[in-house]
Amino acid sequence: MTVPAIDGWFTDSALLGTRCGSCGSYFFPPERAFCRNPACGSAELEETELSSTGKVWSFSVNHYDAPAPFTGKAPYAVVAVELTEEQIVVLGQLSATSDPSALKIGDEVSLVVEELSEGSEEVVWKWRTT
Amino acid sequence: MANDVAVLGVGMHPWGKWGKPFVEYGVAAARSALDDAGISWRDVEFIAGGETIRNGYAGYVAGATFAQALGWTGVPVATTYAACAAGATAIDIARTRILAGLCDVALVVGADTTPKGFLAPTWGDNPSDPDWRRFRLLGATNPTYFALYARRRMELCGATEEDFARVKVKNSKHGLNNPNARYKKEYTVDEVLTSPMVSDPLRLLQICATSDGGAAVVLASMEYAKRHGVADPVRVSAVSTVTPTFPNTVIEMPNFSTDSAATVAQPELGFRDAIAAAAYEQAGLGPEDLSVAEVYDLSSALELDWYENIGLCKAGEAEKLIRDGDTTIGGRIPVNPSGGLACFGEAVPAQAIAQVCELVWQLRGQAEGRQVEGANVGLSINQGLFGHGSSVIVTR
Repeated sequence: MTVPAIDGWFTDSALLGTRCGSCGSYFFPPERAFCRNPACGSAELEETELSSTGKVWSFSVNHYDAPAPFTGKAPYAVVAVELTEEQIVVLGQLSATSDPSALKIGDEVSLVVEELSEGSEEVVWKWRTT
Repeated sequence: MANDVAVLGVGMHPWGKWGKPFVEYGVAAARSALDDAGISWRDVEFIAGGETIRNGYAGYVAGATFAQALGWTGVPVATTYAACAAGATAIDIARTRILAGLCDVALVVGADTTPKGFLAPTWGDNPSDPDWRRFRLLGATNPTYFALYARRRMELCGATEEDFARVKVKNSKHGLNNPNARYKKEYTVDEVLTSPMVSDPLRLLQICATSDGGAAVVLASMEYAKRHGVADPVRVSAVSTVTPTFPNTVIEMPNFSTDSAATVAQPELGFRDAIAAAAYEQAGLGPEDLSVAEVYDLSSALELDWYENIGLCKAGEAEKLIRDGDTTIGGRIPVNPSGGLACFGEAVPAQAIAQVCELVWQLRGQAEGRQVEGANVGLSINQGLFGHGSSVIVTR
């Protein structure tokens, strides 16, 4: 039995964002109340799955454990990924199955849902090299 | 300029890890600034405090906390919070009251006592706090974000680890003679590049520490300064506290994502560029007028970004400036003569005020051992978490 580490941000295979029904802007994490485009401000926000592949904008490998509430162990990598259609950059951890030493800016990565940290019952979205 | 206010006095409590209550640093800095101004605390007509969030309720109401410690006088008070930009917003509100004619002389104080190690979420186990979430879900420490920018810079501008190390080496040399600096040790490129890797590509000696410290300035109307016998004070000619413009397309602490540029074109100026542009516009000056700058080197790589944001060179050319020694004292446009965050570490609500203290000493010719000769225009710049611009231009 696994539980999402945060509710309403992702499914088994995709990030959940919202899209403004009026101006078309995307939001992640999902913006539920009002569109944040200052020229819009519409309340018609529709939930939508975001592209599950993107290109690496930048990344870092952390060699020290982050403080609590982080539960993982160093080394671990954080990747910033550019989604082409949404024109948005989204962060995520690098999948435990990907090798950070082979990672380069511009590489294609895809979304995967994995345990938050080793042995955790909670799951979270991560990015995996393709 | 019609919108100038005078800096009558500046003062600091040295940065370090002293472990004392933040109030003591703030009061020491305030007393030092009042002495420097040659006025009494009882002369002060407005006090603005920069809030610290790691020191309990007294920190949330820092302005009143300092006023009480200095002795209640009935003075009106405000406390501002804008993360790393808190000091600049405190300066701005004091300046604005003076310019509005609501007071003639104001005291601005910021001070902090910091815990050891990475800054962690402040409000305990609170999953609704975005700051909590980025640690929980990503392990995205502050240096993680600095590292994302650094690697991007390496990719786009050809920056090398040596370039980042050169920034640390320069700042470590600048800070050697600064009595308020915490770290007074000169480093070599080799020492920087063999220090432990923290957030690749950034090493321990390229990331700023967290420090205790306090800084204060006394601001006054130009008329008050004249009456007080100061004919040619250093002036605050601009304070920029701008927010980003949608869509902000650079990932920023503590966010999970950028804004989407799918339907609205990116603004002409990115956020950091816009902070500087607003300050220059207010002062009626440009980058060519600067004699000295204090920029927020949270990482040594970030200092290079700031060179471009404040217009010292075109985008992608900052590496040449550091390699050629242009930003070293004695060079074309010295940056961080104080030693910067590399030599201070960060005392969040005090840091933007400390930047201004240094510029004032530079413009008065009192920066002993680190003086930029003939300095008459100085700019400080930084950026607070959650979208707070912070830039001050001082002139003489």
